[in-house]
Amino acid sequence: MTGPHDGWWVLGSALKVVILFAATLILVMALVYIERKVVAFMQVRIGPNQAGPKGILQTLADGIKLFFKEPVTPRAVDRPIYILAPLLSLIPMFLVVAIIPFGNSITINGREIFLQGTDLNIGILFFLAMSSIGVYGITLAGWASGSKYPLIGGIRASAQMISYETCMGLALIPAVMTTGTLSMRGMVEAQSGTWLGFVPRWTGLVQVIPMLAFFICAIAETNRPPFDLVEAETELVGGFHTEYSGIRFAIFYLAEFANMFTISAIAVTVFLGGWNGPGFSFLPWLWPLLWFFAKTGVLVFIFMWIRASLPRFRYDQLMSLGWKRLIPVLLVWLLLSSGIQAWINEASNHVAGG
Amino acid sequence: MKTSWPDILFFAIVCGIALGAALRVVLSKNAVHSALMLALTLFSVAVIFIAQSAPFLAAVQMIVYAGAVVVLFLFVIMLLGVDKNEDLRETLRGQRPAALGLALLFAVGTVGVIRLYGSGAPQAEAIALGADNVQLIADALFTTYLYAFEITAAPLLVAAIAAVVLAKRERPAKSLSESREDGSA
Repeated sequence: MTGPHDGWWVLGSALKVVILFAATLILVMALVYIERKVVAFMQVRIGPNQAGPKGILQTLADGIKLFFKEPVTPRAVDRPIYILAPLLSLIPMFLVVAIIPFGNSITINGREIFLQGTDLNIGILFFLAMSSIGVYGITLAGWASGSKYPLIGGIRASAQMISYETCMGLALIPAVMTTGTLSMRGMVEAQSGTWLGFVPRWTGLVQVIPMLAFFICAIAETNRPPFDLVEAETELVGGFHTEYSGIRFAIFYLAEFANMFTISAIAVTVFLGGWNGPGFSFLPWLWPLLWFFAKTGVLVFIFMWIRASLPRFRYDQLMSLGWKRLIPVLLVWLLLSSGIQAWINEASNHVAGG
Repeated sequence: MKTSWPDILFFAIVCGIALGAALRVVLSKNAVHSALMLALTLFSVAVIFIAQSAPFLAAVQMIVYAGAVVVLFLFVIMLLGVDKNEDLRETLRGQRPAALGLALLFAVGTVGVIRLYGSGAPQAEAIALGADNVQLIADALFTTYLYAFEITAAPLLVAAIAAVVLAKRERPAKSLSESREDGSA
């Protein structure tokens, strides 16, 4: 937070929140359309092409339809929790958007405004906390529906997401050690500059294994194929959202895409240098933004690509991948990496002290 | 730094939520509702941590307790299907008096600790240091209180191993499907 906390600061912050919320919502709706188009392209189909030019308004049309559809509530549901569950899966991911640094700062009227909701000093831990709240949404949806297929989906979700959250935490620790900070902005700043003049100082280029592991966990955490065991329509009808319809189903759908976007943005910030990239003196604030969205876009595309090309895992395969492969590898890597980091710190202390 | 009335109001509201939720944990007839109310209690405590300029503790509280422990409770409740009409008869004899005694002991201990070491509202220095919360806690844990930290870690590890050993105990006459389920768990 720079500048005095006066009325302008409050107004600016409020404006930031509104812009972030609206932009994320629009972006997520665009992502739904883009995914349908990308998957269609990969399967040699055309995809949505009726609503608007090239079908670009398809998501909006679907949204309006779902909004006006009667939400059918089965009799066996636990009503308050049934209504709460979709919100619990959407809201945490929107909150995470608040800590993502989208770009560097803009100076307006001599006031430096960072293109980031807020820079918490526990940044990355906030993300982990929110993603652990996100587990509740799916688990409770499964339980509150009061029917057996959603219940199985919910049970799967709770075990799967806890397991992969552990992995995710282990994958983030080496990155935190390399950059030496938990704050998101601090991480991006630590990754600025280059090695040997042309290799960008991205954490992911040093911490390759944690980066790959984080991405695998991200897919499991967002319940996207090939880890979409919680909905697995071939076995569980619709999984945790079988009993949901209308706007409540739409919220789950939106949450999945919001999840995919925020988790890609976090991966970009932590491992791929965030908004760092070559810039020009013309419109200096624009280039970081472009770099950030380009990198995030690539990751989101990989998400869609994986979805279109890989078959679903079996549940025991999913668990053994998490607990028997990823976690041991990450633990060994963590030990190695912290040893090397301690050695580097020691060496630089000697240089500084001597 | 004196405690101002918005602070007190805030504290009262959050404490009210925490205590109300804690009561519901005990009084709720539905096990899943109890677990959820427990999550709400832990969440309120995290909010109090933030108000006391301890964001790191708040995050850890959310990740470990609200995010993992309660979700595991939910997992077990849902897996065993104990969500409806629990039998309220006691299986452990003397559980209630023992619980009451331990609760009293805990209350006395807490009040004692606060009386001895507590300083009331967060101090101005503490708030100023809030930004370096993580470093301060790390320093304290890995230097001053290293032995306490390591000694606490040991029983946790032992408990985890014991749980695995107990769960994996070989049962005679296992059918093929059962052993496959065991492999996946």
